[in-house]
Amino acid sequence: MSATTAPVWTKTRQQPGALARLFDNKAFLIIVCLAPAVGLLMTFLTYPLGLGIWLAFTDTTIGRPGIWVGIENFEFLMEDPIFLNSVFYSVFYTAVATFGKFGLGLWLALLLNQHLPMKSLLRAIILLPWIVPTVLSAIAFWWIYDPQFSIISYLSMKMGLTEGPIDFINTAWPARWSLIFANIWRGIPFVAISLLAGLQTISPSLYEAALLDGATPWQRFRHITFPMLMPILAIVMTFSIIFTFTDFQLVYAITRGGPVNSTHLMATLAFQRGIPGGQLGEGAAIAVAMIPFLVFATLFSYFGLARRKWQQGESND
Amino acid sequence: MATVSVRQAKKVFGSTKILHGVDVEIADGEFVVLVGPSGCGKSTLLRMIAGLENISGGEIAIGGRVVNNVPPKDRDIAMVFQNYALYPHMTVRENMAFSMKLAKAPADVMEEEVKRAAKILGLDALLDRYPRQLSGGQRQRVAMGRAIVRHPQVFLFDEPLSNLDAKLRVQMRSEIKELQQRLATTTIYVTHDQIEAMTMADQIVVMNGGRIEQAGAPLALYDRPANLFVAGFIGSPAMNLLPGRVADGGFRTDGGALLPLPPGANAQAATYGIRPEHLMLADDGVEGTIVLVEPTGSETQVTLRIGETQIIGAFRERVQGRPGDLLRVAPDLSLVHLFGPDGNRLP
Ligand SMILES: Nc1ncnc2c1ncn2[C@@H]1O[C@H](COP(=O)(O)OP(=O)(O)O)[C@@H](O)[C@H]1O
Ligand SMILES: [Mg+2]
Repeated sequence: MSATTAPVWTKTRQQPGALARLFDNKAFLIIVCLAPAVGLLMTFLTYPLGLGIWLAFTDTTIGRPGIWVGIENFEFLMEDPIFLNSVFYSVFYTAVATFGKFGLGLWLALLLNQHLPMKSLLRAIILLPWIVPTVLSAIAFWWIYDPQFSIISYLSMKMGLTEGPIDFINTAWPARWSLIFANIWRGIPFVAISLLAGLQTISPSLYEAALLDGATPWQRFRHITFPMLMPILAIVMTFSIIFTFTDFQLVYAITRGGPVNSTHLMATLAFQRGIPGGQLGEGAAIAVAMIPFLVFATLFSYFGLARRKWQQGESND
Repeated sequence: MATVSVRQAKKVFGSTKILHGVDVEIADGEFVVLVGPSGCGKSTLLRMIAGLENISGGEIAIGGRVVNNVPPKDRDIAMVFQNYALYPHMTVRENMAFSMKLAKAPADVMEEEVKRAAKILGLDALLDRYPRQLSGGQRQRVAMGRAIVRHPQVFLFDEPLSNLDAKLRVQMRSEIKELQQRLATTTIYVTHDQIEAMTMADQIVVMNGGRIEQAGAPLALYDRPANLFVAGFIGSPAMNLLPGRVADGGFRTDGGALLPLPPGANAQAATYGIRPEHLMLADDGVEGTIVLVEPTGSETQVTLRIGETQIIGAFRERVQGRPGDLLRVAPDLSLVHLFGPDGNRLP
């Protein structure tokens, strides 16, 4: 074999085509990949939100495009006792219902985390209130709270506890408490199941170590369970506060804000004024007034979470 | 410091018997290692001593006091878990002080104790870190610190080194041993690693299938294993155990090799045991074919085939053979172990 005939093969660097080069361009790729998401978000989130905020500063009514009126709607609302009452009730409703949901939900989660007979069946039952569509459970509560046909009134009269039917939703305060009770009932599963998931991530050997260190059951809860549950608790609580504050279905289905507007939440009042009432601008202004509260709830969670130094790595030494 | 007595301890999970009546006597200040294959019940026994598992039968006494019905916190023991079980939301200082905090110890006493333990373990600079910010070896030390500050009667360790890399394991092994000698606290240490057991223990308890196979000093177990299980478990590389029978003026293995017997050997012998390090190169020895040569530098391990029997030898000399070559080896007759048909050592 002579050296001159040995085939020499060199890999030629091929110049990539225009299209290939385009797809190698980072800026182009970023735009192409982001476009669908941005488009969807713009259409379904930003546009309605922007429109809502814009409407809040106009005097639009149904059938008449409004003109820019500045903060006139808000000035009017600040003097409106019904609106102020709805702000009060929204905060009260959220505070009391959240407190109830977390108290009972945590208790249930701790219970379900023990070795119980028929544990999985119990867990399934706990989830029921959450699976049932809200409107359905609202109708059930409406029926339970009905002045004439209430099952509770019937039973308590039968047992001689009360003379006549119990007043659930006919006067302001009983109606407010009844709605809060319904909201707690409906919210417990979400809290209980989320916290149960959190409880199950806590290593049993921590409890054993604490047991050997001499901790009583209460001390184990206070020093192990609770701090370890904090991160999940903060997230679940933020979501729960947001959902409760913006609640609409339960109240609208059971009392429609009555009696005499005493149980209006900001969401139900916004709808009431905007759609059946036709005052789109004013309704939008009420809805916009909810935003600061929601931002506050989100910040609460953000800082609640960021404070937990032990979860992060070495960076915050 | 205290003695620990385990008498006929039994453990049943549901209908499964895990421990079938275990007896262990531990002297004051002794370092005892429970060793055995995975799943043999070592952790279960340790957790019964700690009070984390109830005792299905028998009795456990610490310092002469029967503790069957004493809750864990009153047993005066401290335990180091395999995964360390450090409280992730507490700093090293808080982790170590936790038991004292629960006992409402004065702040200056707590600080003093923590400082003392931290000094012993070299954790001084890490007291304000969280467990996440520590390396495996440091976490291991914090777990020990948490045990030390309590001045317990007994230390319990459950495979404390199994999450560390090989080098750190060797280092921590000597640290734990040294610490135990300094504090002179009775210690029960669980491991599945027989080298850990050999190097650390005053007394080794070899367990298998929920029973104790043999208990004794490390070298006693090495020199006179009571049965086939202990013979095969203690020592590395493992002892050659060759089934066969006494015949033709020696021991005829089932594989057909004829091995020399010590004078006056029991004719009932059914298994011939010889440690790899007790085989010698000898021109008048038994001839075998080399299968594998593994030099480690300090010694050479050679796998030989004699008839159908494979046998491993470890020699100080450098063996120059290649697979297929012939090699003559002879067992040190004073170090041959013979086992009867029931698997127990023959006198
Ligand atoms: N809580 C339990 N329930 C049922 N069986 C268990 C339980 N804990 C351990 N066992 C069984 O007991 C045996 C011994 O376990 P263990 O003491 O952890 O072994 P090891 O010697 O590896 O530490 C194993 O077969 C294990 O499956
Ligand atoms: Mg174990």
